[in-house]
Amino acid sequence: MRAEALTGGFADAPVQAAQGFRAALEALARPGQIETVAGAAPPAPLSVAAGVLLLVLADATTPVHLAGEWDCPAVRDWVVFHCGAPLVGAADAVFALGDWAALQPVGRFAIGTADYPDRAATLIVELPVLEPAGVRLRGPGIADEAALSLPEVAAFQANRALFPLGLDCFFTCGDRLAGLPRSTRVEAV
Amino acid sequence: MYVAVKGGERAIGNAHAFLAEERRGDPGVAELSVAQIREQLRLAVNRVMAEGSLYDPDLAALAIKQARGDLIEAVFLIRAYRTTLPRFGGSVPVETGQMAVVRRVSATFKDLPGGQVLGPTFDYTHRLLDFKLAAEGEVPVAPMALASGGPVPHVMAMLDRDGLIEQEPQGAAVPPDLTREPLEMPAGRPLRLQALARGDEGFVLSMAYSTQRGYGRTHAFVGELRIGAVAVEMEIPELGFAVEIGEIELTECETVNQFKGSKTEPAQFTRGYGLVLGQSERKAIAMSLVDRALRWEELGEDFTGAPAQDAEFVLYHCDNIQATGFLEHIKLPHYVDFQAELELVRRLRAEALGQAEAAE
Amino acid sequence: MGLLARAPGARLAALLPDLPAHEVLRPPEIGAVMVRGRVGGTGAAFNLSEMTVTRCVLRLGCGAVGHAHVQGRDKGHALRAAVVDALMQTGAAAEVRAGVLAPLAAEEAARRGLRAAKAAATKVEFFTMVRGEDQ
Repeated sequence: MRAEALTGGFADAPVQAAQGFRAALEALARPGQIETVAGAAPPAPLSVAAGVLLLVLADATTPVHLAGEWDCPAVRDWVVFHCGAPLVGAADAVFALGDWAALQPVGRFAIGTADYPDRAATLIVELPVLEPAGVRLRGPGIADEAALSLPEVAAFQANRALFPLGLDCFFTCGDRLAGLPRSTRVEAV
Repeated sequence: MYVAVKGGERAIGNAHAFLAEERRGDPGVAELSVAQIREQLRLAVNRVMAEGSLYDPDLAALAIKQARGDLIEAVFLIRAYRTTLPRFGGSVPVETGQMAVVRRVSATFKDLPGGQVLGPTFDYTHRLLDFKLAAEGEVPVAPMALASGGPVPHVMAMLDRDGLIEQEPQGAAVPPDLTREPLEMPAGRPLRLQALARGDEGFVLSMAYSTQRGYGRTHAFVGELRIGAVAVEMEIPELGFAVEIGEIELTECETVNQFKGSKTEPAQFTRGYGLVLGQSERKAIAMSLVDRALRWEELGEDFTGAPAQDAEFVLYHCDNIQATGFLEHIKLPHYVDFQAELELVRRLRAEALGQAEAAE
Repeated sequence: MGLLARAPGARLAALLPDLPAHEVLRPPEIGAVMVRGRVGGTGAAFNLSEMTVTRCVLRLGCGAVGHAHVQGRDKGHALRAAVVDALMQTGAAAEVRAGVLAPLAAEEAARRGLRAAKAAATKVEFFTMVRGEDQ
């Protein structure tokens, strides 16, 4: 294991993990709302926000799939050391990480079962831009409507149609993140 | 209707203070230290570790002190504590064949490699109260003899060589864990053994006894009972190899049961297995009997309706924390529930009375 | 590593009172490891019980990284075990082996030997009683 992999975790884990987890919770509870997080210093191409999400969400019981250029030795070692999560193929992943292109086709990921809808994957999608503009969001957790710079529309509409099954997503860019649970309705503007 | 009732805070606070004082007992008597409990009540510590499902003698001793010696309450404290710990991973399965045994006996073979080692057992004591223990005094050093050195082989391996005993099939690398996933039926043998290993000793004992008395008879012999220390190894992801992370004391019991054979299998012996934390041979023997009784289906035996054959009955009732939680909750306020029952009974009585009067 | 994990924390502290300069990469953390057994001692794995474990990772000034997983809940024990693991990769290895590991190993061997000897004294020596009239 490379020495760089051993750094970049939370310096003050109890406090930073609680703050990171709260941000993740808020993001999924209020789709489209952008949260700013801190505390992780992961290796490139992993963003700070994606690093924080992995630190607070992934552990030895949550297999992680790294897609595209995120599947590199530096990221692999970092995830193994800091989260202890097993690295797996797409079909077995509880969390999947990559940019939108690398995560395609998203049909590879688990969407849960009728008995256990929670056995679905959560995607952590790294975006070049994350802003409250673009696609229109409606649904639980949104007072009227929200806007978010999603990479596309059709895939998220198809995902909504699977409800109560389906994928949940986080979008990350630098130190900012937003959430899109499977319950959100997505419309092109 | 649900009526929230507030109050009792002062009473609860004072009850805690009273409890603390009662726990201490007569202040004229020296206070017990956690180390004293750990060293001198070690079998109680073992039981709390086994049923609390956490190997940590200091914590178990502390729990016993806090629980005033109520072992189920102590198990409860340990179970609550263990939920706060992050799980670093699972160990490589321990090699009980490599155990440094302090006790090892077989009821099936007199002469066996490694011999019959009695160890620190109650077995040949006379069960007469020893009033010398009431007075403090030095204990003489136990005699020593030249140890042959090295691990002793499992007795079962001797039967195994001749094909006289069933083989143990290998299973999934990652066994199911009932502390992470709720217990679901049908439960495979690994899941059953996990439930029994942390199950209540009294319950498992009674179930095992019932099989001996004829409720799901399996007629077991203790092929081997061994107690001793084994090393625990774990794969460390960041190192990429397994390292030894400590050493724990275990009691292992393998029972041998006659099996007349079936259409597909020749007559041979079958196995029951018990493995428990610490020195706890009553529990280990009982566990292996219950394990064997629960295997009736895979061995093509008849279900006789015996409780010990019923996996759902055994596994859902062997956990004393679940049992005591549900049992003891009925002493907590059920004022509204009971009010409804009271009204119902009064109405039924009034109706019956009315009908009786009308009939007259 | 096993020797360090099994050693009493206080004994390790006595043998290694002063720690070299180091940077803690993973502060000593208390957790649990699920201990597994095998059905029948040789068959399929099953979960037996958890045990408490404290882990720590640190780096010395020279760059050597030390890892430790030790039984129990003693953070100082984990920290020192990681320091020893790191020192064993440096020029100080021989010194640490002689000053820390060798005494720990000797003490452990003595402890184990004592228990084994007491157990050996309880080994049954069978002798056959001669019965009947043939003899």
